[in-house]
Amino acid sequence: MAILELNDVHTYYGHIHALRGISLRVELGEIVTLIGGNGAGKSTTLNTISGLLRPRQGDIRLYSEDLRLLKPHEVVAKGVVQVPEGRRVFGRLTVTENLEMGAFTRQRGEVAAHMERVYALFPRLKERRRQLAGTLSGGEQQMLAMGRALMAQPKVLLLDEPSMGLAPVLVDSIFDTIRQLHGAGTTILLVEQNARMALQVADRGYVIQTGEVILHDTAANLRENESVQKAYLGVS
Amino acid sequence: MRSYSAPVWQMALKLGLIGGAVAALLALIGMVEVFNQRAIIGGVISMGQTFLGLAVLLSAYAAARRAGTQTRSTALLAGAVAGAAVGLVIGGLALLMAAWPDLRTILINASPTLLALLTFGQAAPVALAIWIVAGGLLGAATGALLLLTPAVRSAILAALGAVVLVGVLADLLRLITSAWGVIGQALRWMFAGRGLSVAGALVVAAVVVLIGVLRQRGLPKLQPAAGRRSPRQTLLSLAISLAILALLPPVLGTYMSEVLDQVGLYVLMGLGLNIVVGFAGLLDLGYVGFYAIGAYMMGLLTSPELGFFNLSWWAALPIVLAVTILSGVVLGIPVLKVRGDYLAIITLGFGEMIRYLALSNALDPYTGGPQGVQLIAKPTIGSFVFDDVTKLYYLLLAGCLLTGFIAIRLRDSRLGRAWMAMREDEDVAQAIGINLVSTKLLAFATGAAFAGLSGAIFAAKIGAAYPQSFHLLVSINVLALIIVGGMGSIPGVIVGALALVGLPELLREFAEFRLLVYGVVLVVMMLYRPEGLLPSEAARREMHEDENVTEESALAQPAEPAIQLERTAT
Repeated sequence: MAILELNDVHTYYGHIHALRGISLRVELGEIVTLIGGNGAGKSTTLNTISGLLRPRQGDIRLYSEDLRLLKPHEVVAKGVVQVPEGRRVFGRLTVTENLEMGAFTRQRGEVAAHMERVYALFPRLKERRRQLAGTLSGGEQQMLAMGRALMAQPKVLLLDEPSMGLAPVLVDSIFDTIRQLHGAGTTILLVEQNARMALQVADRGYVIQTGEVILHDTAANLRENESVQKAYLGVS
Repeated sequence: MRSYSAPVWQMALKLGLIGGAVAALLALIGMVEVFNQRAIIGGVISMGQTFLGLAVLLSAYAAARRAGTQTRSTALLAGAVAGAAVGLVIGGLALLMAAWPDLRTILINASPTLLALLTFGQAAPVALAIWIVAGGLLGAATGALLLLTPAVRSAILAALGAVVLVGVLADLLRLITSAWGVIGQALRWMFAGRGLSVAGALVVAAVVVLIGVLRQRGLPKLQPAAGRRSPRQTLLSLAISLAILALLPPVLGTYMSEVLDQVGLYVLMGLGLNIVVGFAGLLDLGYVGFYAIGAYMMGLLTSPELGFFNLSWWAALPIVLAVTILSGVVLGIPVLKVRGDYLAIITLGFGEMIRYLALSNALDPYTGGPQGVQLIAKPTIGSFVFDDVTKLYYLLLAGCLLTGFIAIRLRDSRLGRAWMAMREDEDVAQAIGINLVSTKLLAFATGAAFAGLSGAIFAAKIGAAYPQSFHLLVSINVLALIIVGGMGSIPGVIVGALALVGLPELLREFAEFRLLVYGVVLVVMMLYRPEGLLPSEAARREMHEDENVTEESALAQPAEPAIQLERTAT
């Protein structure tokens, strides 16, 4: 069944009609990716789901529960957790403290076990657990941002451009991690500029253009689709 | 080494000229002359002379340090050159003043008194020669300090520092000890008519050196064992500090109690603003507004002069706190979406608004307008009335302990975490599930409540509330003491209040230079100790990131190959 479902969602920035009726759904344990060019509305879609933006029309449901009117912190408490774009970590706190912050909405007793799980997923973070997050490398900061979101035990993880600004080798390792999370059963909605990588890890994909879904299919089919290849995969 | 000597000369000369220029500037704005009125060792040296000497000392020390100590002569020579250069500038100033008495029409502080001070009563050219020679000798002596072993050097510096400090405060100390009866009599010989006596200065120096020597020897029993103290020890030290704090007013007398009261009011405000700025990262420049609301509400509720309520102080207190909390929320709501600089400007406006409201004719029946509110009730417990500064001290102490306790508990609470997350990054705080609206409003409300309490006690202390007590400068003072103490640090607030409120009170006659010194202190702090005197953990780590990293990466380095093995294995 669909965990997360958007139905005809319209979002505006003032007078600008940014999302023109987005509909999509994410099934349990699935990785779904949103691909599209700059300004297509990918991040706007995520921000609308997480409550940072309020849609003017349409509904957003988590297990048929309406998220549309909830505030951002209430959406997190429901289990939809976003990893913001651009590796935003708490630079003056240590790695461990960052992770503890991620568990803000959880009970105190659960924290230690979740942290071990995150450290198992990112051994690199465990080595650097006492280090200030601001001193980590770009890739490590992205891992930390993801780990921090996982601490909240999300039902759906919203990843906004996790590969942005990272060296190719780090992009690979981030996508490896996404695969691992998928293997462990995490449901992920992934927004990516790097459509090639995104379509390799995803089960299904939605192509967004000027605020509308113009195409949706399994990731494998999208990879073979000629217009997708031309527009987003750089195959001519 | 020879080839380096020319730059060393130049460097020492440059530093000396800079030091001399600063000293001359301070002399010309009248600081040296005013400071000269306070003797350090009676009849021997005044604070003004110490000031000029300090210019030599600091320039020579900087020069000698830069010159390095590879060869003895470089340090000595650099010190001597820098010292002589300082002397040259100060002596030159004396010469200029003597040759051109009209200078006073432009620089009004270039007075005959200053001239006499700078020339030692000699003819100006002779004075110039004395300055150069004395500066050179003192500079060389400073350079020689660097050649001593660190233990001896720190002993000498500590002794000099202690003599200057005790000497500056000597008149006050004599006043305090004179109330001690027999002990006071026994200590008379330490003080001259003004300042310390020579014997007193020697004793102070000897005591400091002795303490230093004892410390060096270790004294393992006095030092608490490394690691954590047991709960019993913590309790014991807490009880002892409380006992000392409780004994302060009778021991120190009325004047010092007044100073401590002033410090207490600022500690209360500092603890509150520290929550808003230090914990939650919301730059509030209108904090004095809540202090004013606290004082005026107390006036409105208790003063028979206004004739509305006539409540007792204690009965009014909960209402006062409720109103200040409400005003915190009212200020908070419109600024919820505003960050950083914009927030600072809006809150600045809020603080000024409150003061103008208090002054305004419209609110005259409630605030007394420019005349203010008089006859504000004093707090009482049974028949005990907190009606003078020594009694109010205990009320303030209780208030500070209570708010300090609340601040510590809040810092370590879930709310404290939310504040910290919000301070670091508002967007991420929201993404990890923090309710920004309630978190911000709670910060404003708590901060406002602390200031309200401070205002209520302030109103009781002077028995009145006047608009001019709630100037913008109060907000700036509170913010400055937080910065000097260490942003987000609770002990830092107390140290900051002692340094920025208590110390200037002790040096009352220099009030006209207070803001200048303030500015210099803030600039120096930001350059050399930006994390504050007693920094919070996060600030300390950030400011010393480099040390932190090297230590951590040294730890992380050996782990590197292990990872690669893991990778290849899987």
